[in-house]
Amino acid sequence: MLEVRSLQKAFHPLSGGAPLVALGDVSFRVAPGQFIAIVGPSGCGKSTLLLCMAGLMRPTAGTVLVDGRVVSGPPENLIVVFQEYNKSLMPWRTVLRNVRFGLEGRGQSSTEIDAEARRALDLVGLRGFERHYPWELSGGMQQRVAIARALARRPAVLLMDEPFGSLDALTRHELEDALLQVWGEVGATILFVTHDIEEAIYLADRVHVLSGRPSRVLEQIEVALPRPRHQLKTREDGRFIAYRHQIYELISRETARHAPASP
Amino acid sequence: MIWRESRWNGIAVLVVLALSWEAAGRAGWVHRLFFPPVSRILASFAALVASGEVLRHVGVSLWRAALGYALAALVGIALGVAMGYWRRAYEAAEIVIELGRALPPPAIIPVAIVLLGIEDAMKVAVIFFSCAFPILVNTTDGVRAVDPVLLRSARTFGLGEGETIRKVIVPAAGPFIMTGLRIALAIALILTVISEMVGATSGIGYFILDSQRSFRIPQMYAGMLVLALVGYLLNRAFLLADARLMAWHRRVSDSA
Amino acid sequence: MRPRVPWLGLAVLAGGLAAWEALSRSVPGLGDYVPPASRVLLTLGGILANGELAAHVRASLVRFAGGYALAAALGVGAGVLLGSSRLLYSFVEPLVELLRPMPSPATIPIAILFFGIGDEMKIVVTAYACTWPILLNTLDGVRSVDRILRRTAATFRVGRWRTLFQVVIPAASPQIATGLRVSLAIALILVTTSEMVVANDGLGFYILDLQRSFRIPEMYAAILALAVLGYLLNRGFLALDGWAMAWHRGATRKELL
Repeated sequence: MLEVRSLQKAFHPLSGGAPLVALGDVSFRVAPGQFIAIVGPSGCGKSTLLLCMAGLMRPTAGTVLVDGRVVSGPPENLIVVFQEYNKSLMPWRTVLRNVRFGLEGRGQSSTEIDAEARRALDLVGLRGFERHYPWELSGGMQQRVAIARALARRPAVLLMDEPFGSLDALTRHELEDALLQVWGEVGATILFVTHDIEEAIYLADRVHVLSGRPSRVLEQIEVALPRPRHQLKTREDGRFIAYRHQIYELISRETARHAPASP
Repeated sequence: MIWRESRWNGIAVLVVLALSWEAAGRAGWVHRLFFPPVSRILASFAALVASGEVLRHVGVSLWRAALGYALAALVGIALGVAMGYWRRAYEAAEIVIELGRALPPPAIIPVAIVLLGIEDAMKVAVIFFSCAFPILVNTTDGVRAVDPVLLRSARTFGLGEGETIRKVIVPAAGPFIMTGLRIALAIALILTVISEMVGATSGIGYFILDSQRSFRIPQMYAGMLVLALVGYLLNRAFLLADARLMAWHRRVSDSA
Repeated sequence: MRPRVPWLGLAVLAGGLAAWEALSRSVPGLGDYVPPASRVLLTLGGILANGELAAHVRASLVRFAGGYALAAALGVGAGVLLGSSRLLYSFVEPLVELLRPMPSPATIPIAILFFGIGDEMKIVVTAYACTWPILLNTLDGVRSVDRILRRTAATFRVGRWRTLFQVVIPAASPQIATGLRVSLAIALILVTTSEMVVANDGLGFYILDLQRSFRIPEMYAAILALAVLGYLLNRGFLALDGWAMAWHRGATRKELL
């Protein structure tokens, strides 16, 4: 479904001087319907990777293929959900109209768009909030709106850039479970970037651990934990703890290896 | 061909405009009265500066503006702090202030003429009136926006009211006050020009209008150029002062 | 939230008016230059009744509307254009920086030269002055549209025009509204000024003319009328702004949750 081949991304400062190489050589494959989490030390370029995959940033070298086709701009069946929901949602539109946004201007009738939007809101558990404005809702609910907006398009691939990073722990757990449920019903391929190792293990089929800058994939760790996941039981599972140790050690080594760099 | 963003783009545009203006004037494509060649304007500009004529007018204008501005700053900041600090003061004055704000400043000119004649006092009064409001309003906003945590800290340290105002509130409201002062600077210049066009026999505003009336067109343009220069320099000077005084604020807001 | 009645403010206003009245009547000679408030109000009624004031108000409003509308169209249009293209702006920037510091009334003489002494001149002068805050605010607003918002439109593959009209301009609208509000006051100033410099009708001309013919109570009355006009225009704008930008007020309120 998704293939990343030797992706490289370097940033050249305007003032001249050495370029900042975020992505060194990133390669991996994702099969359809999989839930992949991406973790790595701070500043390793996780978000950069996501933006390149989403066609929102042009890589310096390498390619991304979605469904066999090379990504040169935002692909049709791929949607990104950003961390900053309050900057991504439109404060001048109601919740319903926000979700409708992604469907407008594509030739569908207003009735169809409405139905799709309401269906998506239902999926994320926000039925009844259609006439509210995003800023009237809590952070967690706002992010649900953003997710609904993406789901309304029925994408084959969902890229999520630390979507729960701005939320408190309880809301985060709530949304993790909500996301897993939605994924179960919708069956899209999900790539989930996070700095939270436990969250990554909890959610994913497989965790890709990135190295520090210039980043590459250090390891791909298959998460052999039963589904459905459970906030308490899964997190107490011996294997969960083992994965946690494994990934934590990998990342600590990477963080220590690199001199403290200013992001 | 890919155009790159650079400062030269804009300079090139200016040069092209100036050259076309010059060529059009010389070739007679446009009425030479309306569009004297740039060279003539610049020559006029040089002559005026050399003879000291334009500097005399600018000096007079700046004198009036400075006086009005300084008075407005004094009164505006003092009243602004009072209104921002004491709720009573704000409530008492707010309607009168709002009414004063609603009046377009040029309307004050005839009243000032009646009460003060057409000399400098009239212009200083008009400038004072127009500048006081933005300074006052912004100062009030700034004082009200001072973080209550700061005030509580001052109280914990046993600072008296006067000290708190002087050492905590006014500096904290600094950025707002500077905003008001910056706006008032532009207003001061505008009202100086206006009052000189309506009732004066000196000053750069009078000079430009008079040049037009006596059809000394290159001089009119030269006068406008001088005025633009003065405005630019004043602004620059203000930004420098602001950078110095508000350096702390810039660093705080950068790290936010 | 119920609007509170500003009793103290009204009391101060009433007190001020009373003091005005008293001083004007008692101080010898003062009444000629500062007639009592009551006389000013009566005179206001008079010039309203005989239509004298209305004619001048109408003349000023026409120029105001023309200049403001022109400035809004130019300012927003140019602001959106220049805000969307850094390259385009780089061509225009020095010209902008050159003209900006020049006080707008300085354009009156050149406008008289090119457009004569009629309505066109006043509309052009007003439009010139008002375009600046609208343009600069629009420019800034468009530029400040958050990167995340733009990327959101991109990930949904929203076309360029739809992105401009359905994302960028709404996102920039609070700032555009600020520019439009500031220009309101500027428009009134320039209309009044140009009418004082050269005109034969309009509030600016009227007030100055009343001063020259030493019809002092009428002069104050006309000034009061101008202040009321300015106040009403402002209030009208705020009401419109309150309705159109309600979402912005809600969104920028401090987080309650």
